Amino acid sequence: MRDESHIARTTSPLAAFQRGGWARRADPLFKGLSLACGLLVLVTLAYMVLSTTTTALPVFREQGISFITSSEWVPSQNQYGILSFIYGTLVTSAIALVIAVPLSIAIALFLTEAAPRWIRGPVAYAVDLLAAVPSVVYGLWGVFVLLPLFLQPTADFLSRYLGFLPIFRPPAYGISFFGAGVVLAIMVVPIISSLCREVFAAVPIHEKHAAYALGATRWEMIKGAVFVRSKAGIIGAVMLGLGRALGETIAVALLIGSRPEITASILQPGYSMAAVIANQFQEADGQHIRALVAVGVILFVITIIVNMGARALVWRIVEHD
Amino acid sequence: MTDLRLPHGSVPGSGSGYGKGGGPGGSVLAARKPSWRRRIANHVATVLMVAATVIVVVPVVLILYHITKNGLAAMSWEFLTQSMPFTYRRAEGGMLNAFIGTMLMVGIATVISVPLGVLAAVYLVEYGKKNLTAKVIRFFSDVMTGVPSVFVGLFVYTAFVVNIGFGALLGGLSLAIIMMPIVVRSTEEMLKLVPRDLKEASYGLGAAKWQTVTKVVLPSALPGIVTGIMLAVARAAGETAPLILTALGSLNIVFNLVDEPISALPLAIFAGARNPFPAGQQMAWAGALQLLIIVLVFTLLARYFSSRSKISR
Repeated sequence: MRDESHIARTTSPLAAFQRGGWARRADPLFKGLSLACGLLVLVTLAYMVLSTTTTALPVFREQGISFITSSEWVPSQNQYGILSFIYGTLVTSAIALVIAVPLSIAIALFLTEAAPRWIRGPVAYAVDLLAAVPSVVYGLWGVFVLLPLFLQPTADFLSRYLGFLPIFRPPAYGISFFGAGVVLAIMVVPIISSLCREVFAAVPIHEKHAAYALGATRWEMIKGAVFVRSKAGIIGAVMLGLGRALGETIAVALLIGSRPEITASILQPGYSMAAVIANQFQEADGQHIRALVAVGVILFVITIIVNMGARALVWRIVEHD
Repeated sequence: MTDLRLPHGSVPGSGSGYGKGGGPGGSVLAARKPSWRRRIANHVATVLMVAATVIVVVPVVLILYHITKNGLAAMSWEFLTQSMPFTYRRAEGGMLNAFIGTMLMVGIATVISVPLGVLAAVYLVEYGKKNLTAKVIRFFSDVMTGVPSVFVGLFVYTAFVVNIGFGALLGGLSLAIIMMPIVVRSTEEMLKLVPRDLKEASYGLGAAKWQTVTKVVLPSALPGIVTGIMLAVARAAGETAPLILTALGSLNIVFNLVDEPISALPLAIFAGARNPFPAGQQMAWAGALQLLIIVLVFTLLARYFSSRSKISR
């Protein structure tokens, strides 16, 4: 008796499958469910574009091309020109990249090629930590610590000794394109350097050995073997960092100075697209809100182009390997 | 400068000390050291790498130091147990309401994004593989991780907030949209690592595909999946911009999910940082310490789970 029940218990699930039971019939259902979840990503993205552009459409219609060619942003007079915001976004991101790219590449090289093993873990951990800090914390720290400690003195220094150049023309403010750019640089370093680290680590070891065997010094090996192999990867990493810098909101909102003007000097306060949305949303209504949504749409278009370019580059490398 | 094509017959010793061995074979290799020019270029490059590393590590130390110092100075029992004050003219009150708001909204975001994200990853690995649909989904979830978070906030505002009002649910939804692509891509990487033998053994026992996925594939990839989820949670907890547009902020403790503005730690810190009164700024530092601890706890949990993962690269 006991034996029979044992057999019956072990064979019954199998028998259910052989009969094509509910478990098998549930399969297409499961596949459909998981496909639906995958497609949800596409639907969300499409709905994002649709919902924001339809909201912003009246503003685009009313302002026409002057929306992106004028820098007259006067909500009380229903004038919305965002050129100064676009300028601020591009300038701060450019400053961030000028600072962050050499640093990121150098630190990635140090960690993959030069550093003694015991130092790699802690340094990599510290850089990753930088990536975990929320942007509002960067903003707070930037305004109350970095500004008096570094940004204002550096701005003063630049304008005093290099003030003859238009980009450093006085008066100098720490709360400026420059200040926002420096904090952005700190924020994008972990992104660019961690991707560069992966790219450098993927360089075939025998090519490095070949360079050394030819008598190359380490720096010559890096130039001859590592850089040659990772050019596209570095560009992809930089573009992803750029994507992050373009869309960064809160730290920039606190540090850029919130003045909608286009100046050649990077030591002057300005405004960025993301910052204007965060700063003005709570006091906005009606057409003003639509205008802020329209700013967001333009920002989205710019970042999406940068991002897709970066992904395409990175993907090409992956497929080549 | 990259002159790796050496003249015939000359084999200079490398900078890393290869040819210093002496002996009969070594004498040829040790014939020449690199020229002083090349050696100096090499040293300069090394010094620059070290300098860059120091320049990047200094802000890490400074940020941790100042947040700990200023945060602890402003931290108090009152801070942890009271809501935000109406004004910062006097130092009083705390950020309990913001803490509760953050927990509530991150919780909602996790509940929405994790099942959807994990199932989407199951589709990519187990069904779609390399077909066009899977490629398109993969590409656009990568693109979605790069969408500015403030734009996600604008989307939730235009699509939902205008109809049903600011609130925890929509704040959570915007965080979920930010978390979802992270969960999809990290889970996908983990599912790809599950050995084929395990799945085949399961099929061999007569299990259906959905049973194999839920009883074999997902459990064996679980620690790695949890790692990705923890990183996504850490990212969501620190997001400010989308919450400005969806949760708006509040001074009260709110448990109502719909149509009642609610605060969150990042929103409270942002408000404090822009506040002209010193008390508001001190409150922001204490809030930053609390937020940083939350984020670091989730980041460390992520590391813990990834170290427990049995399958690894």
